[in-house]
Amino acid sequence: MNNTLERGMGAVFFLSAAASILAVALICGFLLVNGLPIIFKTGPLEFLFGLEWSPTDTPPAFGILPMIAGSVYITAGAVLIGLPIGVLTAIFLAHACPKRIYALIKPGVDLLAGIPSVVYGFFGMAAIVPYTGNSILSACILLGIMILPTVTAISESALRAVPQEYYKGALALGAGHYRAVFSVVLPAARSGVLAAAVLGIGRAIGETMAVIMVAGNQARIPVSFLKGARTLTANIVIEMGYAAEQHREALIACGAVLLLFILAINISFSALTRRKA
Amino acid sequence: MKRKRKSSEIILAALTWTAAAATIGILLYLVVFILIKGIPYLTPSLFSFTYTSDNVSLTPALVSTVVITALSLVIAVPLGIFAAIYLCEYARRGNRAVALIRMTCETLAGIPSIIFGLFGLLFFVGALGWGFSVLSGACTLAVMILPLVMRTAEEAILAVPDIWREGAFGLGAGRLRTVFRIVLPAAAPGILAGIILAVGRIVGETAALLYTAGTVAQIPTTPMQSARTLSVHMYALSSEGLHSDQGYATAVVLLVVVILINALSAGIARRCGAKK
Repeated sequence: MNNTLERGMGAVFFLSAAASILAVALICGFLLVNGLPIIFKTGPLEFLFGLEWSPTDTPPAFGILPMIAGSVYITAGAVLIGLPIGVLTAIFLAHACPKRIYALIKPGVDLLAGIPSVVYGFFGMAAIVPYTGNSILSACILLGIMILPTVTAISESALRAVPQEYYKGALALGAGHYRAVFSVVLPAARSGVLAAAVLGIGRAIGETMAVIMVAGNQARIPVSFLKGARTLTANIVIEMGYAAEQHREALIACGAVLLLFILAINISFSALTRRKA
Repeated sequence: MKRKRKSSEIILAALTWTAAAATIGILLYLVVFILIKGIPYLTPSLFSFTYTSDNVSLTPALVSTVVITALSLVIAVPLGIFAAIYLCEYARRGNRAVALIRMTCETLAGIPSIIFGLFGLLFFVGALGWGFSVLSGACTLAVMILPLVMRTAEEAILAVPDIWREGAFGLGAGRLRTVFRIVLPAAAPGILAGIILAVGRIVGETAALLYTAGTVAQIPTTPMQSARTLSVHMYALSSEGLHSDQGYATAVVLLVVVILINALSAGIARRCGAKK
């Protein structure tokens, strides 16, 4: 009796663990099956590099390059802003921070990660948009803030993983404290910092609500950092409410393209972290 | 030479301190800003029991948030803990399934919420025919938080010293008994801290819910009805554009909830860290 219970629960545990495999398979399957037909109907090149997105015209045009460009620009800008501040904050936390201040700042950084994206969106609408408009720049600033905690946390643990001897060796060679950290410890942690950048990219490219609220959302190739743009994520949320048939399929295809981006980012992230270990 | 070294030290120090100050400054600015914009509109009528288009009460959204959170946890927490038990206690080393499970768990953790939303729309809402409903939303969120629960549970279980397990085996307990009587109780605080973090993610989620749980602003009476959580409620207020002040008031409530959740999770994590 006991033996059956042991074995039965063993099976339950295994099946639970297999749930994540099932989930990934279902997500990829459903997005690809529902999204790929319209891509092939439009022509993959036409779909990915088409300049015009007018899904409700007759005949409709499904070119998502404007949204891909929007996602890429906004993500790049966000990383440009968030990465240096995040890495420097991580250096502060790992190597410059008195214990008492650490106990105040670390929970603050964690809180920054826990604030919902709609709250960021409301903040952006009232605190950033009045200065920079509904624009790529606003989205970059807001997303730069949003990826800060991710970048900081991963960089900090990478910095802490560098053996103390490196730092001490640099001191022994006559470097000052900061000099030792910046020119010896930081380079030694570079794969971790790179991983932080990659994960930051992943967060920024997948962010939806906050971006919608500040980016202007015009579906055209971005013309300037002070003008609006639409990301892949925004495109899905804005139009899914009223989309039907082909239009709906095209939005799901946007999701599939985004998923492919994310998978590529995930793979490079795990390659980066694995090499370190 | 000496002066040069000193000035580079000062510059680098200034850089790091400024960046850290900026990070904390932004956080404080955001919190204070939301509080100032929102608190004046935290009126009693905002908490009235029913939502009307004149009085955009947040009580129904608050109730829906609790319901959807509870339902997602009921689904994801056992799955996540069992999966972690399998990975830590049952799987043999070098098992190929383990590598695949770890990889898919990592992948799930990196998928953005809008993709979960699309998947929920296609699978739970469409293929299973559940429509825009609390159930569809909760299932979508359960998939979303699964990797978080799984990973934190795994860490907590791994932190239980092997000698405890050996002791239990030595006293004649089977594997199952050891897991439930020795390992899980010892790992409970860590698991709980992870679950609270998951609650935080659910409470803040919007993109995954818009097209799965829908946006109906009333209290749901069955799991098959549509409902909006606080975050979705905020987004709806902002996109309608008529009640953005009430949106800020809702943001205050949400912010307070998130701060409490974070403090709770950190407190529990610290206590079990101190015990070790």
